Formats: sequence, C-alpha cells, structure tokens
Amino acid sequence: MEYMITNYTEYDDDGPAPGTPEFNEMMGAWMAYNQKLIDGGHWVGGASLAPSDTATTVSMVDNAKTGTTDGPFAETKEQLGGFYIIEAADLDEAIELAAAMPIGTGKLEIRPIAFRPDADNG
Amino acid sequence: MIENELTRLARDDGPRVLSVLANRFGDLDLADDAVQDALVDAARTWPRDGVPTNPGGWLMTAARNRATDRLRKQASETRRLKATGSEIVERQHAADAGGLAMIHNADDASYLDDERLRLMLLCSHPALDDEAQVALTLRLVAGLTTEEIAAAFLVPTSTMAQRIVRAKRKIRTAGIAMSMPTELEERLGIVLGTIYLVFNEGYLTHSATAAPIRTDLVGEAIRLTKLVVALTEGHPEAQGLLALELFAQARIDARTTVDGQLVLLEDQDRSTWDLAVIEEGNRILAAALRKLAPGPYQLQALIGSHHANARTAADTDWPAIVDLYAQLNAVAGTPVVKLNHAVGVAMADGPLKGLRLVEALVGLDDYHLFWATRAELNMRAGQTSEAIPLFERALEHVTSQAERSHLTQRLAAVRDE
Repeated sequence: MEYMITNYTEYDDDGPAPGTPEFNEMMGAWMAYNQKLIDGGHWVGGASLAPSDTATTVSMVDNAKTGTTDGPFAETKEQLGGFYIIEAADLDEAIELAAAMPIGTGKLEIRPIAFRPDADNG
Repeated sequence: MIENELTRLARDDGPRVLSVLANRFGDLDLADDAVQDALVDAARTWPRDGVPTNPGGWLMTAARNRATDRLRKQASETRRLKATGSEIVERQHAADAGGLAMIHNADDASYLDDERLRLMLLCSHPALDDEAQVALTLRLVAGLTTEEIAAAFLVPTSTMAQRIVRAKRKIRTAGIAMSMPTELEERLGIVLGTIYLVFNEGYLTHSATAAPIRTDLVGEAIRLTKLVVALTEGHPEAQGLLALELFAQARIDARTTVDGQLVLLEDQDRSTWDLAVIEEGNRILAAALRKLAPGPYQLQALIGSHHANARTAADTDWPAIVDLYAQLNAVAGTPVVKLNHAVGVAMADGPLKGLRLVEALVGLDDYHLFWATRAELNMRAGQTSEAIPLFERALEHVTSQAERSHLTQRLAAVRDE
C-alpha cells in the first residue's frame, strides 16, 4: 500500500544556518532517513516545503477562481513542512516509518493514497 | 434450548471462526459477512435438522463456503473489468491451507488463540477512536449483534451500524493489518482500556434514562477480560483488570435499592455481596501479584480487594487504601485518582484533611463527583451551610439518573437541617 506522510512542526526562524555544524547534523539526519526509505524499498516520492509565510491560497467556486490571498489555507501554530509518499505493507509499518522521521517535535499525518495516476499498477 | 445454542454459537464460535477466516482470506469484511451468513443458515436449518454434533466445525465449514461463494460472486461482477479468476483461486487456496486445516484439526488451540488475540488487537488499534474500538470489539470479538450493542449503549441501531461501518472502512482503506504488533505491551494496554470502558458503561451508565447498572455489559466485559487472560496465558494486568471487575460485580446487587436508587459503599448490606465471586477475585489477584509485574489495574484491584474483603464498613483498612492510591497516582496520576486519594485521606485522617486535598485539585470543575465529594466532606466536618452550593454545583454536572436522584435527596436532607 502507498501512504502519504505530511509533517507539521513549529517553524523555527532561528534554526541553524547553512554551513554550521548544527545545520550539517540536521541535514545528515534527513539524508539518513531518506536513504533508509530508499534502501528498504519504501521510497515513492517526497519534498520539503518553504515556510508557510511564502504560501499563497487560491479560492475556487464551481471551478472558477474567486480570490487569491497571502498565506496558508489553515493558520496554525504547527505548519506543513513537507511530505513523503511511501510504500508500506500496512498501517503499522507506515506508522513505524513515519515515527523514524527526524522532525524533532510535531505531528505526522498518515493518509492512504487512494489513487495515483503515475503509479505502475492500475 | 436451540435458542441458547444459537446464541452460544454466535458469541463463542462466531468470533473464533471470524478470526480464522479474516486471517486466512486477509479480508475482515468478507469474513464477517460470511460468518453472519452462516449464522443465519444455522438459525434457519438447525430447528429443522437439529444441532450438529460439532457446532464449531459446522460453522467453520459453512462460513468458509459462504466466503468462497461471495468471492465467486464478486469475481463474476468484476470479470468484465478485469480477470480476477486466478486471484480467487489463489485466495481460496490460501484460505484452505489454514482455515480448512483448522476444521479438521480443531484441537490446535494455540493457533486459534493467536488469531483471536490478533483480532482483539485489531479492534483496539490506536488508529481507531474509543467509540469505534468498543463497538468493533463487542461486535467482532464478543459476537454481539449491532442491535444488541446499540441497545446496550442506548443509541439508535442505525447510529451503531454506521459507527461499525465507518470503523471497518477505516481498517480496509488505511490498511490496518491483523498482525502481531511489535509494541505488544502497549497495544494490550489499549485492549484492556477498551474492555474497561465497556465495564464502566455497564457498572454505572452515563445515561439519563437507563437502569443504573446494566449487567449485560458488565458480563460481556468480564467475558472479554477472561478471554484476554486466557489468550495471553495470564498477563498480570489482564488478571488485575479481571479481579477489579469481579470485586465490583460481587457487590452489584447491594449497590441499588429495588427501586433503582444508588446505595453508597458504606451503607450497603454486605451480607448480599457474592462471596464466591470475591474469592475468585482474590485468587486471580494473588496469581497476578506473584508475577511481580505491577501496574495500574493490579493497584486498582488491590484497592477493590480491601473494600470487598472488609466484612463491615468500619473494618476497611483506609490507611492501606490511601497508600495504594498514592502508588496509583505515581504510575497513572489523573485528577480522578487524586480525588479518590483525597477521599481515602478523609476516611483515614478526618474530613478536613481530605477536604484540603480536594480543594487543591484542578481540572475537575465539570466532574460532578468533585463537587459532591466536597459537599459530603463539608457535611462530615459539620460545615452544613458550605455543602448546599456544592451539592447544587454537582447537580449541574451529573448525567446519570441514579446519581442525580441520590444527589437531590442529599441536598434536600441538608436543607432540612
């Protein structure tokens, strides 16, 4: 089965700057996590997102754009930071893989993929 | 006669067959539908043909055949879209390899036990909410009908049916498997929590209209707890929960008057307590404690055993109970545990000492027993006028009819003084 894991954390403006040892340590943890997914045959896709203050929300009614506003759809303390699409045998394995993600403190939402047009099976 | 046998079949063999078929076919819905079909067949044919010599084996064969029928029907419906014939054959073979072998080898109890435990763990999967866990457990593990569960929880059958359908859909769509979890201890804790919810709903309903105690739910909870004890070969916390439930069940008749009024523990006629059930509780609790793996259910059972084994209210060892509540607070500290601890202190060291602890508690403003306890302790300390507004606050928050009527009587008595 395929699942999408989205992560929600409090965005830290004062996070480690690129080039510092702290930054490299943080990136190392993410690289190791990605490699773990690839090596285990779980990797389907994924991306990390720019902070939610760079988001733009488009409102639609009956397939027509009715507005464009600055900011994310939902203003919450914890913001969507990125997503993975993974292959897992069942929800328990998906939970285990999600829980290995080095997000520090936050929430991970796991949703089964209902349909993915670019998947190889129909 | 045949009615009893059909009920036993639905509650005993039904869930057992369901767990085997769900594992073998890898499809909970298919297994559930097949068992329901087979139970309907039994209700139709047994009155005519008589009860088979091996009802469990009969049900296994009948349900397995019904599952295959359903798969065949599904296949012919989808054949136009996709050739699934080979898949069906494959699934049938997989089912035969395990399920059919079971029919001929029904003595292989350990295998069956493993599958039943996995079904219980599935029904209490943390990805399902509490209400769904309770409904699924009663429906699939206890073998109750949706109508019976709806009646027990006083909701319309359609509401309960929808709750079960939604939970089964989540299991199917989210890919929740009937596997043995790696964190078995934690997951067993959720199973016990689900059963304890069933027990508590039976022991003192929140409902405004129902009888205060519904022994059907109490009985089902005890049956389920016994099943967990058996399946885990005596997990100490499962035994702790069982003992706790038995100590409470032993006092059930003394807890209400004939017209449904609640009787407080200290006012109960202890000669009506069921000593055989208390003895069973003592024996199971002793077995749990010998394993030296303490936990919250064993601590609560120990507290229950102090009450159950006190021949008069005055014999109650309150200092020991205070000590146990302090231990319980250390491992599973909730405001309600702290409230019970304070009541113990009041009984052991006087109402004012207890009252001081209760008044320091936060987070219980919506809990009727917080206000009722403060009211009672004020009464005992001779501060009658303080008690009146506290009883009124308690009445604002109480939901159970039996407790409301008890509190109303107390308030009337205070006002007369």
